[in-house]
Amino acid sequence: MGKTILKVKDLRTKYVTRYKESVYAVDGVSLELEEGKSLGIAGESGCGKSTLALSLMGYYFTPLHYISGTIEIDGKIVTDMKPDDVRKNILGTEIAYIPQAAMNALNPTQKIINFIEDVVRAHYPKKSKKDIYDLACERFESLNLSREILGKYPVELSGGMKQRTVIAISTILSPKVLIADEPTSALDVSSQKVVIKMLKNLMEREIVKSMIFITHELPLLYNVTDDIMVMYAGQIVEKGTAEEVVFDPLHPYSKALMNSMIVPEAGMKDVKLTPIPGVPPSLKNPPPGCRFAERCKHASSTCKTEKIPEVYTEDGRMYRCLLTRDQLKGGKE
Amino acid sequence: MTTSNDVILSGRGVTRVFGYGKKKVVAVNKVDFDFKKGEIVSIVGESGSGKSTLAKMILGLLNLTEGQIYYKGAPRDISTHKKRKEYWKSIQAIFQDPYSSYNIFTKVDSILLDCIKMKWGKDLAKEKKIELMSQACSFVNLEYDELANKYPFELSGGQMQRLMIARIFLLKPEVLIADEPTSMIDACSRSTILDMLLKLRDEINMTIVFITHDIGLAYYVSDSIYVMKDGVFVEKGNADDIILNPKADYTRRLINDVPKIYEKWDLSSA
Repeated sequence: MGKTILKVKDLRTKYVTRYKESVYAVDGVSLELEEGKSLGIAGESGCGKSTLALSLMGYYFTPLHYISGTIEIDGKIVTDMKPDDVRKNILGTEIAYIPQAAMNALNPTQKIINFIEDVVRAHYPKKSKKDIYDLACERFESLNLSREILGKYPVELSGGMKQRTVIAISTILSPKVLIADEPTSALDVSSQKVVIKMLKNLMEREIVKSMIFITHELPLLYNVTDDIMVMYAGQIVEKGTAEEVVFDPLHPYSKALMNSMIVPEAGMKDVKLTPIPGVPPSLKNPPPGCRFAERCKHASSTCKTEKIPEVYTEDGRMYRCLLTRDQLKGGKE
Repeated sequence: MTTSNDVILSGRGVTRVFGYGKKKVVAVNKVDFDFKKGEIVSIVGESGSGKSTLAKMILGLLNLTEGQIYYKGAPRDISTHKKRKEYWKSIQAIFQDPYSSYNIFTKVDSILLDCIKMKWGKDLAKEKKIELMSQACSFVNLEYDELANKYPFELSGGQMQRLMIARIFLLKPEVLIADEPTSMIDACSRSTILDMLLKLRDEINMTIVFITHDIGLAYYVSDSIYVMKDGVFVEKGNADDIILNPKADYTRRLINDVPKIYEKWDLSSA
């Protein structure tokens, strides 16, 4: 067991709309991340994956608001800090974030080296241009990126290259935790592979200590991360190692999710994909009971009214369902 | 599972060149293809391999530099706007980005009303129109009554893309070009969309040209696969043959690039 680097307890955040309505996008999420481990978060669009990623950084800006819970990064409790302290001492050095549309994150009028100067100067204002350039060159070359990129403008780079450049920029200060929010969803499969290889490289060289990887592509998650959490309507419904969640899912939602996987392997033609009926509940006033009950075929009347506890099994797995483990057995549906 | 073997759409020596002189780019280089009636064909390749250029040429949105496209055995004629409109009655498309497929200022049912106008003319009773629209919506598991008064921004990406399929269901074209219809949608809605494409084929016996970069998706939906690289087809044939024993190195690479579950995913070649 390594050192626990990120500890989140019962985190709850909300969005407040223009009409003063609250949308509870992250509702009671607890997680722990050890040094050298990677954690995957899976779920469909709108389940709160990206909101969780933004909330984990501890830096909130409207319309995202913090309600309760604690985030602890390497012994520092982020949720007790002032926003300015979080920006100066946590972002970039302790935790870094790769946005989904990384290609739009680069200002087209600036050279790549200028972004790196920005990031480094925000934390070390006295550092000279030469030092920053040397640091950038060393880092880029260790990640198999050419140092010529530093002098280029974003338009001169291809999509995959931009994404890799953004990853290099956001990890330039060797953060302890890296949050990658769908870093490959805008890329084709070949560039995706290169980006994944780079992320693995970052982990191996211990430039980042641990990683949270968010995606809806389960085959990808299975190949990249050690543990997988399945998220549904703002809550974690299942947690386990990648192997366990993919081959022996417990929660009915995870089982349904496993049915949407498509891989180019023999036998795929005969597999019948079964879409999940219905739509996720509105998070403005989430149902009191199980949030998946409306779409679940095992649902009973108690599921809809009773609060569902998190069940921890002996082998370290977690699921959020009223059924017992024996009732949930049977892999894919 | 082709019901009849007649070729509906074919191309001979189709070429498209962009630019000239030093900046000349041959996007599609003398390709031949034959799409049969009722068949789902996939065109697979990386970004920049010319897949979308080929799709646009088939649709008649781009002119051919060289070569000829044949529709039902005869060279197609889209020289005038009127002929082009006639051609579009039998060939339709779904594009990648559902958000830009809609006019943001009009309600979403206008997209279906336009199709009805195109196919049945202007003078159709209102009840009949509504009946047709609710029929199309129920085909894609949407409720017409819920949708009718909504604007595009009120729908999710998956719903928008399903409504595009409802449009195809109304028009019942002979050929459908699906240009990466699932690349902006999450994995759960993706299986819904793919199943609907298969259902369309079974119901209307339509030819679907499915363009994608993910060879896994291509394998799931299609009968035959064309693998494209730098504007030429490097391999074409039956879907099973191509996935299970690929001949071209490029095909092998594409299959390797997709993350797998039951086999080890080899990252070293990236």
